[in-house]
This record gives sequence, C-alpha cells and structure tokens, in this order.
Amino acid sequence: MTTTLDKTVLDMTATDLRTVNTTLQAAAKAQANGAYVITNPRGSHAMACGLDGPLSVTIKGSTGYYCAGMNKEATVTVEGSAGPGVAENMMSGTVTIEGDASQYAGATGHGGLLNIKGNASSRCGISMKGIDIVVHGNIGHMSAFMAQKGNLVVLGNAGDALGDSLYEARLFVRGEVKSLGADCIEKEMRPEHIETLKALLEKAGADAKPEEFKRYGSARKLYNFNIDHADAY
Amino acid sequence: MDKTPQTEPRQSWTFSNSINSEIRRAAATGIYDIRGGGAKRRVPHFDDLLFLGASMSRYPLEGYREKCETSVTLGTRFAKKPIELKIPVTIAGMSFGALSGHAKEALGRGATMAGTSTTTGDGGMTEEERGHSEKLVYQYLPSRYGMNPDDLRRADAIEVVVGQGAKPGGGGMLLGQKITERVAGMRDLPVGIDQRSACRHPDWTGPDDLEIKILELREITNWEKPIYIKIGGARPYYDTALAVKAGADVVVLDGMQGGTAATQDVFIEHVGQPTLACIRPAVQALQDLGMHREVQLVVSGGIRTGADVAKALALGADAVAIGTAALIALGDNDPRWEAEYQKLGTTTGAYDDWHEGRDPAGITTQDPELMQRLDPVAAGRRLRNYLSVLTLECQTIARACGHNHVHNLEPEDLCALTMEAAAMAQVPLAGTNWYPGKPGF
Amino acid sequence: MCGIVGLFLKKDDLRPKLGDMLTDMLITMTDRGPDSAGIAIYGDAAEGSTKITVQSKAPETEFDGLEAALSETLGAPVTATVVDTHAVLIVPEDKASDAIAALEDRGLRIMGSGASMEIYKEVGLPRDVAARFNLRSMGGSHGIGHTRMATESAVTTMGAHPFSTAEDQCLVHNGSLSNHNQMRRKLAKKGVFTRSENDTEVGAAYISSRIADGASLGEALEGTIDDLDGFFTFVTGTRNGFGVVRDPIACKPAVMAETDDYVAFASEYRAFADLPGIEAARVWEPEPATVYFWER
Repeated sequence: MTTTLDKTVLDMTATDLRTVNTTLQAAAKAQANGAYVITNPRGSHAMACGLDGPLSVTIKGSTGYYCAGMNKEATVTVEGSAGPGVAENMMSGTVTIEGDASQYAGATGHGGLLNIKGNASSRCGISMKGIDIVVHGNIGHMSAFMAQKGNLVVLGNAGDALGDSLYEARLFVRGEVKSLGADCIEKEMRPEHIETLKALLEKAGADAKPEEFKRYGSARKLYNFNIDHADAY
Repeated sequence: MDKTPQTEPRQSWTFSNSINSEIRRAAATGIYDIRGGGAKRRVPHFDDLLFLGASMSRYPLEGYREKCETSVTLGTRFAKKPIELKIPVTIAGMSFGALSGHAKEALGRGATMAGTSTTTGDGGMTEEERGHSEKLVYQYLPSRYGMNPDDLRRADAIEVVVGQGAKPGGGGMLLGQKITERVAGMRDLPVGIDQRSACRHPDWTGPDDLEIKILELREITNWEKPIYIKIGGARPYYDTALAVKAGADVVVLDGMQGGTAATQDVFIEHVGQPTLACIRPAVQALQDLGMHREVQLVVSGGIRTGADVAKALALGADAVAIGTAALIALGDNDPRWEAEYQKLGTTTGAYDDWHEGRDPAGITTQDPELMQRLDPVAAGRRLRNYLSVLTLECQTIARACGHNHVHNLEPEDLCALTMEAAAMAQVPLAGTNWYPGKPGF
Repeated sequence: MCGIVGLFLKKDDLRPKLGDMLTDMLITMTDRGPDSAGIAIYGDAAEGSTKITVQSKAPETEFDGLEAALSETLGAPVTATVVDTHAVLIVPEDKASDAIAALEDRGLRIMGSGASMEIYKEVGLPRDVAARFNLRSMGGSHGIGHTRMATESAVTTMGAHPFSTAEDQCLVHNGSLSNHNQMRRKLAKKGVFTRSENDTEVGAAYISSRIADGASLGEALEGTIDDLDGFFTFVTGTRNGFGVVRDPIACKPAVMAETDDYVAFASEYRAFADLPGIEAARVWEPEPATVYFWER
C-alpha cells in the first residue's frame, strides 16, 4: 500500500482481494471520504463490493464479476470494462464504467446511479428495484427483465425482448429497440419524464437530448392473471 | 315380478370424482390450481423404516441419566462464525408475505427458546423475526425482494436458494390478495398485483458462476457467515456435489413433501423426489468428495416426529428443517376453526389455499383482523414445546440404539418395511440382509 | 459447468508461444473447473500423415514398443512421441483408420486424430495437467482448452474436454444440454456413436455428423441453435480455425478479444489479463444464437 498526498494506491499484484476489500470496507465505514486507487485488477471478482459509506475508488483496468456489488454511498469508477453483475443490488452511490459492462449490470439494484460509458451486454437492469442506469452505448437482450422500479436510460440501441414481464421501471431508449418483451409497450413521453430524463442525462454526463428518446413501460396486463393473456406466460 | 338385476354404478379409478372435479374447475377458470403446502399423495417415507434398537449385541443407554447429546454446529468449512444449535431441528425458510408478522415473530420466539435457528424467505427480513430470533438465516433468492447488504450483515447465516422440494425448477407465486402495502413496500412492487418470482437467479447460472457469487457474499460479510445452498430434491447426488464444489458450508436438501406458500398443484405433486429417496444419494456425494460432516447436510420435507428426525440423521443428515409442522404447531389447520374452514369450502387438515390470504388461524395471511387471532407469545411457546418433543423423541431412539450423540445414529440402525423404502434408503428389508440394488447380490 | 479458453493466432511469430499463452489462460479458469482439464492444439501438419493422440491407463507398459508394433501391423513407418499418459502417433494418411482400429484393439483410448490436431486431457487441477503434458512448450496456430466442473457424467479422462468426433475437429462446452440423451439415440440410428455419457460429446458428434452430411462448419454450428436444447457456449476447433456459438438464452459467460495478432475467447475476462496488447484489444461478448468463425 502506498499513500500519496490524497490517494492510497493498492496494487493487486502485491495485495490480495481480501486485503483490498477489508481496507476499502473499513475506509468506507469510517465515513472519511477517502480516495483509493486500485491498480492491476486483472479481471478479479468481487472487487470493492459491500462498501458502506462515502469513499472514492478508482480501478485502473478491467474487473470480473460483481464489482461494486451492493454498494452504498461510495463512488466507484472502473477505468476499463466490468464483468457480469457490476453494481448488483446497489443501494446508493455512483458506479461508473469507462468501458463496457458484461451481462446483469445493475441487477436488482435498489438505488444510486450506474453509469456505463460503453455498451452493456444482456440482462442489463434485470429485476432492478429503484436504481438508475445510464448506458451510453447499446444494451443486449432481455434487459430490464422483470424490472420493478427505477430508470434505465440507453443512448444507443436495445436488443431483443426489452422489458419482458416489466413492472414499474421506466425505460428510455434513444436508438432502435430490436423487440419488446411480453407486457412492455411504448408509452407517451410526458413533461415529467422529460424532466427525469434530463436530470439523469446531466448527472451521467451524457451528450443527448431528452426529446430524442422514446419511453417504454409496463402495459400492466400481466399484473393479475387473465386467461386471455395466457399466451404471454 | 322380479326386476332385472342391475350392475352397481361403478366409479372410474382413472377418472375419479376428485380428478373430475379438477377437470371441471380447470374448464371453468382456465388457470391451473394454485395452492400451498407440499405433496399430498402418498410416497415412501420415514414411516416405512424402523429402528432395530439394542439388546444383546449392542448396549442401550439409560434414559435421562446417561447423556445423549443433540447439539449441532453448521458451517464449519469456511465460515469464521459457524452456527451452534442446541437441537438438530431448524425452522425452514418461510416468507414474510406468505406468513403474517405475528407468525414470523412466533417462529422466532419458539426457535430461540429451543436453541435453534429460523430462516427468512422471499420478501426480506422483518424486525419481528430478526428481533425475536437469536439465530436467523437470511435467504438469498432469485427475486431478491427486500434484499439489502445491511440485513445480509446482520444475519447469522446466508442461505442461497437454488431450489425448493415442492417445485424444483420453478419460481414463486404470491397472488394479489396478499400483496398489501407493507408486503409491496418491502418488495418494491405495486400493491395488489400477482407477484411472480423468477426460477433462476438474475445474476448467475450454474455452479461455476455460483462459486463467484459465494465469493462476493463472503467478501461482503467478512467471511463470517456460513453459506448454505438450498436445493430441491431433483438430482440430489449431482446437486449436492456441485453445491460442495461451488463452496457451500451447508447443503439444505428439500424433498417433494416440503411445503410452499403458493405453487401450481401439478408442480407440487409431479416434480421432485420423495425426501426419503434424496438423502442417501446426497450423503454419497458428500462421502465421495470426502466432505461428509465437513459440509453439513440439512434435510427437510415431511419431518413430523422425533422418529423422522432420528431416521433422517441415521441416513446421514446433520440436522433437519421443519416448515409445515412448525405452522401446525403454531395453530395452522386447527380444528377450533372448523366452522370457518367449512365456509371456505374445506376442512381442518385440508386447508391449503394459503395464497388467498384468508387463513382462519391468522398465520398465512396479511389480513389485519385475522392476523390478530395468532398470539405470537402463546404460539411461540407451542412451537418450543413441539421442538422439545421432537428432540426428546429423537434422543429416546438414539439411546435405545446405544448412542451418546444423535449424530452417531447410522443406516445400520435401520430396517425397511417395504421394498420401495429399502431401495430408497438403502437399508435391508426387515428380516433380511438385502435391499434392492445392493451390490454383491 | 466449466471454463473455456481459445486462442487463434493471425500471425506466425507468436506460434512458438501458443502453448504458453493458452496454459496461462487455462490455469486462470481453475475456479470454474477444478475436476479435469484439457487442450487441443493445432501444430505443424506433416504432408500426407495423420496424427493420432491416444491415452493409456498404464503408459509404461502399453506405450513400450508401441511404435514398432504398430509399424509392423500397418506395414508402414510410424513415429510415436510419448507425453505422460498420452502418445502422439504419426502414421501415413491412408493408414489412419487401420491404425485407429489397431490402437483400440490394444486397449488404448483415442483422444483424437487429424493432420495437425493433438489433444491432451486428464483428471486433476489445470495447473497439474498442464505440467504433466508440458503444454507450455507446445507451439501451433490455434488451440482451445477447457477446465471442467463435472455436472452429471463421471470425472474421468474420457469425460474431460475437448471432445473430438472427427478428424481435426474438436469441441469444448460450458453449460448443460437437456436433450443430449435423445440426440445421442438419434445419432446412433445414423451410425454415429459417442464414447462417453457426456452431454458435450453429443454436441461434438452432432456437429461432425452435420459436416459429414455436407454442411459447412458454419451451418453445423447454426444447427446447434435449433437442434440442441439447454444452455451452452461452444467453442469448436477445426484444422483452419475456430468457431463460437452460444444458445439463444446465453446465460453462460463468454468474452472475446481481438488484436492484429490474435483472436481470443474465454469464459471470463481474467483469462486475458496476460495476453500481449490486451489493453488495446477490441473486447466484446458474442451475441446469443449467433455463429462466429475465424479461419486462416
């Protein structure tokens, strides 16, 4: 561990995952707003997960599964690409991926902002429960499957079956949607949606106008069983 | 004038009245039958096994005076803080939502007095159960309703639910009637909708991914909590082996008699294997990996008596879990509510429409008035009493077989009454030294 | 359930390093598959000859004098190179099927055969398996590797990947097929037989049977999407290249990287960490139900 004026550097060629995470978790809990840089992540799993307090973590390289999992309050930036399940079940804080994110990005997230500068793969925002996800590129198939709450903003295109079995999450897509999933429909963009979207784009530093997006949401036809919708089950 | 003799009206065995009523119900509604509970059909069970007891070749222990231990430690493989239980009987996962807050509190009270653990369910952790459960296992389910890192850290163990005996391969179902404001709030869902739970986890598939998920859970909880993997009784040999390879501390194996809050009847009755048939393959897998007793095995699905507990342990389990029996101990399906069961078109012992939320006993409901019928203190005491009886019964049998710890019960203490049970439990048919499939015959 | 790696070199200068690079990738995937490991490597082809890789449970006795004995049986020159439990026999192309029959008669197990493909696989940790075969020292144009966490079939050498069911063709798999028994029976009716109970071998046999029926490799891989049920990411090797396909649900992980020098495949990005120039590589995930293919 080397500490410069304002940043502590953890090199993963010299420090194991357990030490990195206990160091970060303790620093987050201390509420001291420290700044950490992790070098040589080499695609390691479960990096900077379970942080519970204000902390700034920058990871210099690509990460494996579940980076920043269950994050609370911390700001985690990956200067590379992130593996499956980045920021899964995040509660609050900000997670930024400079590169691409693999499948399940932001899965079941309850809050905070997941900002993906590149593309996200399949099942982005699956079962999301209140998180905001902004993807500057494209997203893969089955994204926002069973998404319950929160906002998924996509500047590029969406893959097949967007929003399948959707609950109350709001989906905003600027590009093409390859196909919509069961019970997901295009909805009117009302002024309050423009406002929400504008704020999210600004927060994510995205160069796009809210008016360019279409909104998708739940048709709410699967909310209570109806024999005439049995085909969708 | 004599009448021509007539043949008596004859009911079809294939198209029985009960089958016909289900056909009529399906034709009228267009939806499969959903209900709670576990398999109701008769399947080979622990009743088909007997203990041999000691006489001349082995020595029995004197009741009470000569000690027969019942304690069990779960999670000794990797966790820094394994769970130590006084009795080998735990309370299985049942969700707040499926059960009322009072019922969850009663489970916590009863289990704590008995020195054992309770388990959350789909829908998150409530104060009622955390507050009243000294040892609480936090279920980590595909839906992740109410899942948050704070509750994860204040749990005593984490149970990753891969499957359930009532429905291996299936997800959950909680109908609109039970999604009250509080339940909906905890699950981030709109009030009153039918809630469907996914059948696979949203962010991993298969044991190779699960290993990484377990790493994450351990990293978040400082490697303190035992990680259980719960599997439905489908392919117990492979599934147990893979749970161990993925890094489990404890394997929870739920047979087809295990209950559910609400699932398709066709699933409950036609998918999965009887509990009796699941134990030996699971134990075999643990033994083949050199992990029997290193990774603990908790068996559930149809445990009712201390004899069932003893038989499960003799076949190789480290502990058992009870769900349905615990609810009955609290007061579920009690004859005192018979008049109300009749009004619901059912009768004591058969009430299984738990998903409808109109439980006269106030257990499987979110209705504020019905909920009040269950006194959590008194119900908790009943559960404690029942757990004590299970333990005493199990001890009685263990002593009779000459064991100073219930874990020393072994398959050789058993014989089987039927060929089916002999084959499934791999213990000899009574009076013989043979069971179907025994090598060397 | 497993880890897969694959590496296809676009330029010749990295050829001597192929085994070294693949070995690092393979060892990184140990967590995904600690039961067994295997590698198929496409090295130099000798004109007019076929390489046959065989495995023996008792290599000291069974490989002793094998070269001379086989040479006599075939009436043709044979060279044998013994590597731990495996031996690679080089026989004249027109004697290949006779040689395989003779080797099977001697109780040896055929890992695979072809002009350039050699297969090495054993039970054990990837690190140990790699060391036994000295995989690091091997050169070649491309190769695929696999670490296995066995699901339903036995942890044995024959149950390890890669599976080869035709000359110079092999397959590795992550996932679990759910109609392999039915497909096995269907293939058997056509006279295509598998050697193990493994689901992946059925996938391999399906592909080679389609190719034998005249399909291109691309078409055969396309066919897996409709004809095989279950979860799969397949990487398949041929004499000239390698292909990748994922099932339509595409839950099992897959990541690819491409530079001017190589195309790499892995179950996880971790496996790429030591590849030269990976920082600047194009890294992406293969789409579901889409066939990818690289040939030289």
